[in-house]
Amino acid sequence: MCLAIPAKIIKINKNIAEVESLGVKKEIDISLTPGASLGNFVIVHAGFAIQIIEEEDALAAQGYWKEYLGEKEN
Amino acid sequence: MKKKIEELVEFLNKNKPGRSINIMEVCGTHTMAISRYGLRQLIPENINLISGPGCPVCVTPIADIDWIIEIARQYDVSIFTFGDLFRVPGTESSLYNEKSKGKDINICYSPADVLNFAKNNPDKKVIFIAIGFETTIPLTSVIVKKAYKEKTSNFYIYNTHKLVPEALELLLADREVKIDAFLCPGHVSAIIGSKPYNFIAEDYHIPCVISGFEPMDILESIATIIRQINKGISEVEIQYRRVVREEGNPTAVKLMYEVFDKSDSLWRGLGNIPGSGLKLKKKFLKFDAKTFFPVKRIKSREPAGCECGDVLKGIKKPADCKLFSKTCKPENPIGPCMVSSEGSCAAYYKYEKFKI
Amino acid sequence: MTISKNKKNIKINNNKKFKDKIIQLSHGDGGIKTGELINNLLLKYFGNEILNKLEDSAVLNCSGKRIAYTTDSFVVNPIFFPGGDIGKLSICGTINDLVTTGCTPVAMSLSFILEEGFPVPDFEKILLSIKNATHDTNLKIVTGDTKVVEKGSADKIFINTSGIGFLCNNIDISPCKIEVGDKILINGGIAEHGTAILSIRKEFNFKTSIVSDCAPLSSLVNDMLSVSKKIHALRDATRGGLASILFELARASETNINIYEDKIPVKKEVRGICEFLGLDPLYIANEGKMVVFVDRKDADKVLQAMKKNKYGKDSRIIGEVTEKGEGLVILVTELGTRRILDLQYSEQLPRIC
Repeated sequence: MCLAIPAKIIKINKNIAEVESLGVKKEIDISLTPGASLGNFVIVHAGFAIQIIEEEDALAAQGYWKEYLGEKEN
Repeated sequence: MKKKIEELVEFLNKNKPGRSINIMEVCGTHTMAISRYGLRQLIPENINLISGPGCPVCVTPIADIDWIIEIARQYDVSIFTFGDLFRVPGTESSLYNEKSKGKDINICYSPADVLNFAKNNPDKKVIFIAIGFETTIPLTSVIVKKAYKEKTSNFYIYNTHKLVPEALELLLADREVKIDAFLCPGHVSAIIGSKPYNFIAEDYHIPCVISGFEPMDILESIATIIRQINKGISEVEIQYRRVVREEGNPTAVKLMYEVFDKSDSLWRGLGNIPGSGLKLKKKFLKFDAKTFFPVKRIKSREPAGCECGDVLKGIKKPADCKLFSKTCKPENPIGPCMVSSEGSCAAYYKYEKFKI
Repeated sequence: MTISKNKKNIKINNNKKFKDKIIQLSHGDGGIKTGELINNLLLKYFGNEILNKLEDSAVLNCSGKRIAYTTDSFVVNPIFFPGGDIGKLSICGTINDLVTTGCTPVAMSLSFILEEGFPVPDFEKILLSIKNATHDTNLKIVTGDTKVVEKGSADKIFINTSGIGFLCNNIDISPCKIEVGDKILINGGIAEHGTAILSIRKEFNFKTSIVSDCAPLSSLVNDMLSVSKKIHALRDATRGGLASILFELARASETNINIYEDKIPVKKEVRGICEFLGLDPLYIANEGKMVVFVDRKDADKVLQAMKKNKYGKDSRIIGEVTEKGEGLVILVTELGTRRILDLQYSEQLPRIC
């Protein structure tokens, strides 16, 4: 189960962060990822960040992910 | 991306095992992705992908649906659910039908929104249907803890949360179930990490690969499984490295067990599985909808002829069920695997009804 | 939109009983349930050789003159949305239904059902946008009606329109004209209306730059007709999205269709909303998208004409009619795999799984 998508943190205010994914911005709760900071990529499930994505891995990712992270492949 | 996919397909064709093997994708989102991208058309015929019990809607007992419907009928409450559960048929109604009849039933995106709604509407009694596996449980835990801290007195959860590894153990103990490898759920594992699957590799000698959800992730994970099978080894490997760490998300796991204790849980199609559920800890019991909104027990009936149980176990394919696509269709689902869009039957119906 | 006119070419079987006990939202969402309502209930009472075709507009023969006639009702929440409002929607919807026959729209009716307490400035804003939507056309609003109901008996404002257009005698555009080999075109990105509405619903609260594609497509169709006499079918891809419309046309023409996932234009933000909520853009509503079936020899000509129109800049060829058949719509994925696109069985709901 569990739909979750990668997104980039673009604003933080305590436990609430604004993230961006595929050009869409949304406020989410980041209390499950206490290490998350501005500019981090996170995995978002039902309005919560559930994990921080390793930057290196994120950038090495191919396929559809590239697009989420702003570097369009094709 | 295409080139990489071609390489993986070539690898699978060259290295396919000499016998037929069954790989169970535990997670419903994997089921959806496999069907949506037509991945079965890319892999060798003797590699069978079978769908497991990883769709929370599918494994929620009909009695829970009936219970929630009774709460809606007997009390003046505002109920919030994820869209997934909205159309699931109970014994004689569904949340969707009850909403049509005027009950206050709403679809939410985030549990946090539900708690906010409760705070902004203190005159309403607000119930969140807490459904889902380890990915979603920490979210419920956050809001329950928050409600406790902020002394929110009009917020409740109807808890149906379930744990994945415990269900896998039950499957493995069933001799009818023939599984050669598990494609393990990526986002559940983002929370629990890879260690909870170790017993599968060590005690049952079955390879486990934690996979991402892109076509490439899934094909790569299948290739990893094939490599293990050909070498005659069984290990837990993480393909979805960019999200899943061995230790998972310790903050989330800690929080889960601050709010919940393990308990037995009834799975639709699988029966009672010891230690596979969660109950609210005593101090949070005031948020328990079942305690606060007792209902006269209704007689719940599983639909006759429905073989979702065997489908969930991977013993049968959806098309093996006599009801599949005849009386049981997405617009008139009889079993839970048809009603949930990530259920095996719905995915088969939607994406693979016809052999192309 | 309501059931006043539904354009479902689902297999007609008037012997079937309508089994549902109450009306539910799915009876109006353009999916399978809507089809059942039309076929098993409405056609039972009103079926005739014109209505049974269930096309976007009816074509009538009036003493030698052919006219296209259509009606539509509009309910949308919120009534003002990025890219339009309920007023603009009501005009564009009817124009677009009319022009699927290749006609020139000439006259419209306009009726309002208003809820007591509805602010007049909002009403005027809607009237102005109706006026603006008819601006580029020769269309006149020639009759209308206003009813006001008690607070709570309607949600702010409902609009019903009907429209009439004249058809040239040499124009015959209809799903039954579709031929094997036809190319399938669309005039731009899909799912923009549906996602624009979703993005501003307060329960989701997204920030995006998506605007509804709500637009009157009469000039676009005109431009297409001026370069080709071989346009076989046109369909306004509204409720139910691109996939549902293709499904209906494939069934109606008894042909099988291939469409190519990587050719279908979907804006990045549209995909973003869909990914957040777990929705498939192929099934999300458009309000300014015309699906065109044209003889393959004329396909490029028509494509170029569409691209020159302001509502067709992102036009693409997205597929073709492959063979006579039972009406299968096959999506060829980016990986080269194939899957069947079916009619959706209910409106898509945001999901977590």
